Amino acid sequence: MEPVISLTGVTAELGGRPVLRGVDLTVRPGEVVALLGANGSGKSTAVRATVGQVPVSGGELRMFGTAVHRFRDWRRLGYVPQRSTATGGVPATLREVVSAGRLARRGLRPLGRADRAAVDRALDLVGLADRAGDSVDALSGGQHQRVLIARALAGEPELLVLDEPLAGVDLASQAILADTLRAQLDRGATVLLVLHELGPLRQLIDRAVVLAHGRVERVVERPGDVGDGVAPLPEESACHPPPANGPRPGGWEVPPGRGPHDPLGRAVGPTLQTGIL
Amino acid sequence: MFEVLDYPFMQRALLAALLIGAAAPAVGIYLVQRRQALMGDGIGHVALTGVALGFLFNTSPVWMAVAVSAVGAVAMELLRSSGLARGDIALAMLFYGGMAGGVMIINLAPGGSTANLTSYLWGSVTTVSPADITAILWLSAFVLLISLGLRRQLFAVCQDEEFARVTGLPVRALNLLLAVTAAATVTVAMRVVGLLLVSALMVIPVVAAQQATRGFAMTLAAAIGFGVLVSLSGTVTSYYADVPPGATIVLIALSLFALASLLALPLARRRARRALPAQAPAPAPEPAARP
Repeated sequence: MEPVISLTGVTAELGGRPVLRGVDLTVRPGEVVALLGANGSGKSTAVRATVGQVPVSGGELRMFGTAVHRFRDWRRLGYVPQRSTATGGVPATLREVVSAGRLARRGLRPLGRADRAAVDRALDLVGLADRAGDSVDALSGGQHQRVLIARALAGEPELLVLDEPLAGVDLASQAILADTLRAQLDRGATVLLVLHELGPLRQLIDRAVVLAHGRVERVVERPGDVGDGVAPLPEESACHPPPANGPRPGGWEVPPGRGPHDPLGRAVGPTLQTGIL
Repeated sequence: MFEVLDYPFMQRALLAALLIGAAAPAVGIYLVQRRQALMGDGIGHVALTGVALGFLFNTSPVWMAVAVSAVGAVAMELLRSSGLARGDIALAMLFYGGMAGGVMIINLAPGGSTANLTSYLWGSVTTVSPADITAILWLSAFVLLISLGLRRQLFAVCQDEEFARVTGLPVRALNLLLAVTAAATVTVAMRVVGLLLVSALMVIPVVAAQQATRGFAMTLAAAIGFGVLVSLSGTVTSYYADVPPGATIVLIALSLFALASLLALPLARRRARRALPAQAPAPAPEPAARP
């Protein structure tokens, strides 16, 4: 079957600085692939290049079999950018923000009844149907993230691309997000997402691709089967444990007050990381 | 009581005020949404060069102002989207260049002096000619058609430009269209409130409306209502009290904004209280030693 996304030796630069130095990645229909890595490893740049928002300077990037710069079938894609990008100086209701997700199908034409029904379904999927008329400014970080996911789902896409959907999201919203993604997988969607750690999504993920310095460092198939124990994978010693003193180059970002984790969410120290699933 | 309507010049003035009161906030809301509330001022300064060019070439100052300010607005948009210059710096350059160009060119025009610019700087709605009305009618029809007809698309572009691009919307074309629409609005409004106060009519009704609204469509409707209200009442007041219409309109708009914020205070408090339980961050997964 033709891959949904395929990157072959993709390089990209941001402001003249090489960020991707030859990334190979294939996402086949129905798969869930997670991109992991430290800050600056290129994981966000990789997904933004995939959705055509960062120009590719070398290699080949194909979406649904078409070179990304020629790809025009945007209705097949649902994109959830990092949350900080969606702010406005004028209030907007949840329904208004989510309705923007239908524009991939409607373009410059006005929205109709089918569009409104799809928006209602998307809000219902993320558990915010009862707040459709509220202002998005009144939402918590996790609820806001759910709105952005509903916006992507409103277009009923075949492929979902999510950039750090769990960043700043409380546990209750994380569980709802995991349920939402599972429902999308059940209807045959393909998912590519950037994560800091697998967290509650661990069981859903077919392949975890760890990036470091703009290259694929390693690939873990079915990270959910590896287990949650303290026993590390053999290759894990390559990047862990961290040196006792000094900042690690390209080290994982460990939020203060949390135990050290490797990016796959396996507890390195004695921490509680069973999560919700 | 409606003797104000007996005079043809006041009929024209009120029609112009009505059209501009509706069109200016309809475009202004997108600029406020994108946090570019001052863009109207920048275009206004550039329009001054257009007015002066109109005098120099002995053509219609209004249409010349439309052309020059559209070029200026497009240049500003291209600078913003390419990231070549920071938005505020591009704006500052436009302010100075437009103002200096206008004063220089008007003095080159035969028999021209800065006195010719005064009615454009401060507006003089009561001297609107039948030819002006035709221009105002066409321009405000264009502005309302774009800003209302494409409101979902423009909303999406101004709310989250990256997402809008990934939905396949022609984001660059929409941004340029918005810039040209803003330029048309400025030149329409310059006859009523003057170039130096144009932006007030694009921004204040929007900001007053959003004191009480929760959604974009609601804010848009209320802002247009406020815009029409202040521009009509300001024009009528200026007739009876014999005060300058532009300044009257802006001062009434500011009073309306103050009143709206005052009335919205209890509303905002109630909303904040209601949102509080939802806002409270759920406990982060704290590290806990396994037993």
